Amino acid sequence: MTVCIFDIKRFAVHDGPGIRTTVFFKGCPLNCWWCHNPEGISPEIEHFTEEIEFDGITLNKELTVGRWIKVNDLMEELEKDRIFMEESGGGVTFSGGEPLMQHEAVFALLKLCSEAGIHTAVDTSGLVSEHILQQATELADLILYDLKSLDDKIHQEFTGVSNKKILNNLEIALKGQARVILRFPMVAGFNDKPADHNQLLAYLEGLENLDQVDILPYHPFGTQKYNRFNKKNRQNGFGIPSKEKINSLRDELINAGFAVNIGG
Amino acid sequence: MNDRIKKLRDQSLNAENRLSAERGILLTRFYQDDSIQHLSRPIQRGRCFEYILRHKEICINEGELIVGERGPAPKATPTYPEICIHTLKDLDILNAREKVSFSVDPQTRKSFEEVIIPFWAGNSNRDRIMDQLPVAWHDAYSAGVFTEFQEQRAPGHTVLGDKIYRKGMFDIIEDIETSIAALDLMNDPTAIRKREELMAMEITAKALVSYAERHAAALETMAGNEKSKGRKAELMEMARICRKVPAQKPDTFHEALQYYWFVHLGVITELNPWDSFNPGRLDQHLYPFYRKGLDEGSLDMESARELLQSFWVKFNNHPSPPKVGVTAEESNTYTDFCLINIGGLNEAGDDAVNDLSYLILEVIKEMRILQPSSMVQISRKNPDDFVKKALDIIKTGFGQPSCFNTDAIIQEMSRQGKSLEDARRGGASGCVETGAFGVECYILTGYFNLPKVLEITLNNGLDPRTGKQIGLETGDPAKFKDFAQLMSAFNEQLRHFIDIKVMGSNIIEQVFSSEMPVPFLSVLIDDCIANGRDYNAGGARYNTNYIQGVGTGSVTDSLAALKYHVFDQKTRTMGKYMQVLADNFKGHESFRYDLLHDTPKYGNDDNYADDILKEVFEYYFEAVDGRKSPRGATYRINLLPTTSHIYFGKVIRALPDGRKSGEPLSEGISPVQGADRFGPTAVLKSAAKIDHLRTGGTLLNQKFTPSFLDSEEGIDKVTRLIRSYFKMDGHHIQFNVVTADTLCQAQKEPEKYRDLIVRVAGYSDYFNDLGKDLQDEIIRRTEHEAF
Repeated sequence: MTVCIFDIKRFAVHDGPGIRTTVFFKGCPLNCWWCHNPEGISPEIEHFTEEIEFDGITLNKELTVGRWIKVNDLMEELEKDRIFMEESGGGVTFSGGEPLMQHEAVFALLKLCSEAGIHTAVDTSGLVSEHILQQATELADLILYDLKSLDDKIHQEFTGVSNKKILNNLEIALKGQARVILRFPMVAGFNDKPADHNQLLAYLEGLENLDQVDILPYHPFGTQKYNRFNKKNRQNGFGIPSKEKINSLRDELINAGFAVNIGG
Repeated sequence: MNDRIKKLRDQSLNAENRLSAERGILLTRFYQDDSIQHLSRPIQRGRCFEYILRHKEICINEGELIVGERGPAPKATPTYPEICIHTLKDLDILNAREKVSFSVDPQTRKSFEEVIIPFWAGNSNRDRIMDQLPVAWHDAYSAGVFTEFQEQRAPGHTVLGDKIYRKGMFDIIEDIETSIAALDLMNDPTAIRKREELMAMEITAKALVSYAERHAAALETMAGNEKSKGRKAELMEMARICRKVPAQKPDTFHEALQYYWFVHLGVITELNPWDSFNPGRLDQHLYPFYRKGLDEGSLDMESARELLQSFWVKFNNHPSPPKVGVTAEESNTYTDFCLINIGGLNEAGDDAVNDLSYLILEVIKEMRILQPSSMVQISRKNPDDFVKKALDIIKTGFGQPSCFNTDAIIQEMSRQGKSLEDARRGGASGCVETGAFGVECYILTGYFNLPKVLEITLNNGLDPRTGKQIGLETGDPAKFKDFAQLMSAFNEQLRHFIDIKVMGSNIIEQVFSSEMPVPFLSVLIDDCIANGRDYNAGGARYNTNYIQGVGTGSVTDSLAALKYHVFDQKTRTMGKYMQVLADNFKGHESFRYDLLHDTPKYGNDDNYADDILKEVFEYYFEAVDGRKSPRGATYRINLLPTTSHIYFGKVIRALPDGRKSGEPLSEGISPVQGADRFGPTAVLKSAAKIDHLRTGGTLLNQKFTPSFLDSEEGIDKVTRLIRSYFKMDGHHIQFNVVTADTLCQAQKEPEKYRDLIVRVAGYSDYFNDLGKDLQDEIIRRTEHEAF
């Protein structure tokens, strides 16, 4: 069994507890305007030619994004940081892209990790079939569940899809075995208005089994990737949310009884 | 920090580094006296020590609590012409050079010209050594294959144990006399020599007592003239202390510190030993005095803090003696590598972290000065809280304290044959060197340029820079059939140069042992008195000679690149590859890009490269470990660079890993700057593939952005990194917590960043005091952030 991934990041410290290794799967059903991993959207392996200034001349270098890797080989990579995972209470996170687009392989990996005693997290957009999500909650230790906006019109405009299924699936996820942490990417000019936050709070308070919310403030580090990977950059108009707004949402969430992390 | 300490600290920071002729003049006067010519060498050296201490100026700075300066004023630094004479040209260089300069005033210059140079020119130990070393040694030395530590400075590299806290000099003199009385002059042919050594030791022990009494007298005079009642009382108390220690054993915290300081001055006045000298396990030695003072009510935490801070200032007042030439290149810093150890285990093997350990950490944080350097010993038995307190200081970005693995250090020493108790009482000194404190003479003999040996191998024994055939003819690499043949040629070449290095060190050791005994240092380190043998002649309980390997990352990546491109992927023939190197990559930019980005490199937890490092390590270990020296020492390896990776880089042309001619090598066991692309865990995994337990120290630097360590979570993650690395037997790790942006800015506007201190290798230094090439090198080290 093989999977298509575009990166393995070791010493990932914002994708769940402890020191983790995060695998980025290629392919995503969403197409968020602010995406900082635009190379993860297409499920295909992509080839680019890069112009690089080097040693005073311009080089044209072939750049391949994405690679197929056997599940067993990937496990070997994941085992490499076991000592750090054990020492820190960390583990492995499957992210992307949308890892559950390659659910069969991800499930196989979750089982292998579980057998090996490695803590697992799945970072999902929530836009998958119900039964797949349900199975993920049975196999993973932790689900990092992204929720971008409760306003479906806005959601559709800036992510390309409706949020209906995502919200429906969240309730399924919360009934599952795995712990769920909700992740709210906060983007100035998209979902940082007081009304957005009130709507979010009201919604979250109605959910059962949710005790932690992470606020992920937008950062523009991904913008240079758009040039590099020859993608249309639609991030003009988005910005880093202000400290006040982040803190105010954090405080409201804490008041509502949630544990909150900023930056995951 | 109270006003007194602020003033003392400022005074130290603002004092000008200058050359003092005082010691040189006294030394010359002593040796000009006809009546000493017939004396044995040890007695001559003992009497010389006594003469200097009797005649040197006593300097007591305003407001200080711990007294004694090596020169006539803070940072007035003596020379040691019996070891290495500075010519007038050297003085001009010292005075004028941009970095690590020492000002030389006209009077000092005149003293050198008229008194010191005429007497010592041609008669220094350096002259003796250079005359005796063979041509092969000189060729390899000039080519930059290795450096030589004992060329301008005396052996030393040692740390004091707990002896002075148990015994006054009078007690020690009794031990010496017991040893003399036990000599069998009739039947033991070595007894006469032993008697001379022991009598010399006795002379120096008494000399130190008289030296302290001179301070007491000066303090009493000052007290008589002092108007402030408070200060008058302080001066009287200090005078009382100087009358008591070092003659008798200390009973209070203040007495213990003052005693150590006199001993320290004695060692660095007797000669200019490497790594100055060091109290070692300070929190362990002082704790009984601290506890007793608190219990009796004669001491409180604030006065202990103030005394420690006064003590800290004394170290900072004493820069490393001036170095020139290659020695300055390999160790270009004012720092004299005194490394205070905190934490670790006690001799019973229990967690030794105590209240004083935490107080000393606070002192380090508040003082924020170059000297003394400091480190925390971290055993698996020490609490996380201790590690986190240390990280709280490390995150402020001045590179102190560094982190050491006590459990590894103890195993390293056990492998070397030290008793478990001696190993547990030990630690690390200098940069990262393992030692049994109080009982070991462990000498760093010089840095060894591993990538240079590869360069010479690739040129069939020829040094392309000097054009000399200095190595063996191990074959034309273009004709090598496989990678194994290259490795075996490299191994052969490596052994050849290690042979030369060891032969040279043995010669130098003989010269020191017969010509430059150190009776005072011998008083301090066991079992010199019991053995009736000088420290420099093998009197210590344990004797070790280190050769410090440099450029492990660079040599590994170069070999990996050759294996990958020539033998495995066959993208280039060896002949073409050699042409690329000869062209210094000009016209081969695309290939250089591939070398930097698409070729296996050490530091990424990739066995392709890391296995090569392991093999190079075995070659180096096998070539060095276990050899014997004339004084009975065993040669061992360690892996650290100080600043030699810059110098060693300058003498090597383009390397197969993509490094251009003249650029710095990798430092310590850190990956080549920028070669590590998978974060700190991959670096630590790669580094842990080295068998640290068979070394006497390795040095790993990592860079973190300040924002990463800005939260409790960040501190916790780094604590876990350290613990994991130490589980894998890593010896040492240290962090630079400063952004590349800040460093670039400091390069542009140095005047705004005068206080910016960064981690260099096994020590910290002012960024402004570093050469441009070293500054650039530090900026290029990979910076880990939050992902």
